[in-house]
Amino acid sequence: MQIQSDYKNGVLYMRLSGEVDEHNAVAARSRADQLADRYATCERVIFDLSEVSFMDSTGIGFLIGRYKRFRRYGVPVYLMNTTKAVDKILEMSGVYTLMPKM
Amino acid sequence: MKNYMKLELAAIGENESFARSAVAAFALCLNPSLAELSDIKTAVSEAVTNAVVHAYGKESREHSLWIECRADGDEDGGVLHITVTDGGCGIEDVERALLPFYTTLENDERSGMGFTIMQTFMDGFSLESERGKGTKVTMLRYIGREKIPNEKNQDAVKERTDA
Repeated sequence: MQIQSDYKNGVLYMRLSGEVDEHNAVAARSRADQLADRYATCERVIFDLSEVSFMDSTGIGFLIGRYKRFRRYGVPVYLMNTTKAVDKILEMSGVYTLMPKM
Repeated sequence: MKNYMKLELAAIGENESFARSAVAAFALCLNPSLAELSDIKTAVSEAVTNAVVHAYGKESREHSLWIECRADGDEDGGVLHITVTDGGCGIEDVERALLPFYTTLENDERSGMGFTIMQTFMDGFSLESERGKGTKVTMLRYIGREKIPNEKNQDAVKERTDA
């Protein structure tokens, strides 16, 4: 699981790629939190999930964890480009009520 | 056609990806769709992650988990049975563990959705656990054929568990 970031016009984009599971989420968590602290004054954050090839319930915990982090700074979080498989997990767990899909 | 496989793995995070990929590769003999394969991989990942994270605590590296799969069918589809077993601490309150969003490790960003996902993504599911002895998750998935109502699937899982 990798994270690439891009900052444009007040929007922080975080593109996740690879497999999101319990084992490989550890490094990605600290990378995402470093970015959160660095861009604490951005207007909004968008997670781009188009390159995620696999996600289990770890992804739910990961996204909600980041949502809480950004909420501290008052920054809203959105999700985009979810694949069908990822959509199924996020939909059933109610993640979209916290982080709307764009 | 009947086919089966048995795997013994170290209960470590590095094996989560291998375990779900191995089961998905085995399931190919029933010619599943991509969506069916994706559901199977997710459910197996949840079961294996539970064994890695909860069963043995910090001594996980010293212990094993076991995966057994059985396929009954042919290239037009059939039934896939999967069991994931560990010999760890067992689950204190099985009923509670099955509740959505319940987790014993809240500070670790666990979503508590593992069992809910296994139940939703598979056609049959059962959980047996004994304190100090271990946990066994049994799952069943129909592939490429008309689904049977859920109660019957639970009976089929139970029969297999009792056998």
